[in-house]
Amino acid sequence: MGSGTPVGRVRGLGSAKHGTQHWWQQRLTAGANIFLMAWLMVAVARMPAYDYASVHLWLQSSWAAIPMALLILSVFYHFRLGLQVVIEDYMHGESRVVTMILLNLFTFTLGGIALFAILKVAFSGAPA
Amino acid sequence: MASRNPARPLSPHLQVYKWGPHMLVSILHRATGSGMATVGSLLLVWWLAAIASGDQAYATFVDVFTTDAGGLNILGYVIGIGLTWSLLQHMMTGIRHLVMDTGAGFELKRNRMGARATILASTLLTVAFWLYMGMK
Repeated sequence: MGSGTPVGRVRGLGSAKHGTQHWWQQRLTAGANIFLMAWLMVAVARMPAYDYASVHLWLQSSWAAIPMALLILSVFYHFRLGLQVVIEDYMHGESRVVTMILLNLFTFTLGGIALFAILKVAFSGAPA
Repeated sequence: MASRNPARPLSPHLQVYKWGPHMLVSILHRATGSGMATVGSLLLVWWLAAIASGDQAYATFVDVFTTDAGGLNILGYVIGIGLTWSLLQHMMTGIRHLVMDTGAGFELKRNRMGARATILASTLLTVAFWLYMGMK
């Protein structure tokens, strides 16, 4: 990086003014995902049963709803960043722009549905 | 965008290199990540939405992956074991990437060992997970 002010170089800002943001946030969410996905695997494995009533009761608890909502945020942000890199590698020109918009639509639509579903179950009235 | 001449010579690409475990886990990281981001996230959200929608919607979800007797059907096993292994493989190669981000583990021998270790760990953990599920 030859250009820019000294403080700009220290902050790692390149020509796009985002510096290492994408790279760093991918690592931060990766670290969070290790714990969140480990929790999900253990939680699913330890569920007493997988019928509707049991699973609904499980997700109603704050101990499941909160980590599940955090998992959606962290995992979805992580795969949004990851698929962006994949798209940048294989798609060029106009199709890259279109795919990138579709990726954002996919991520936000699914993420919105997931968060709403979790909150709906969590707030559905049984004792926590 | 500059016009492309398809006849112009290309530099040597992947096919000139001898395959090694580091290349395998590198592409596996991308493949498992892309697979989970699409198929995995769709199924996770379908599951959550089905729980929120009620027992009929949940029954529809469960019905796709189970037999009438209650156990998993072939699709249930393929998706279940496939996603478990994908998650664990991506997690193990991800941890390997975090280690390599610190500048460690680039020596040929250690790098190869690390790459092999991710496959061994993800496979053993997948077997352990499904043995536990089977013994419940």
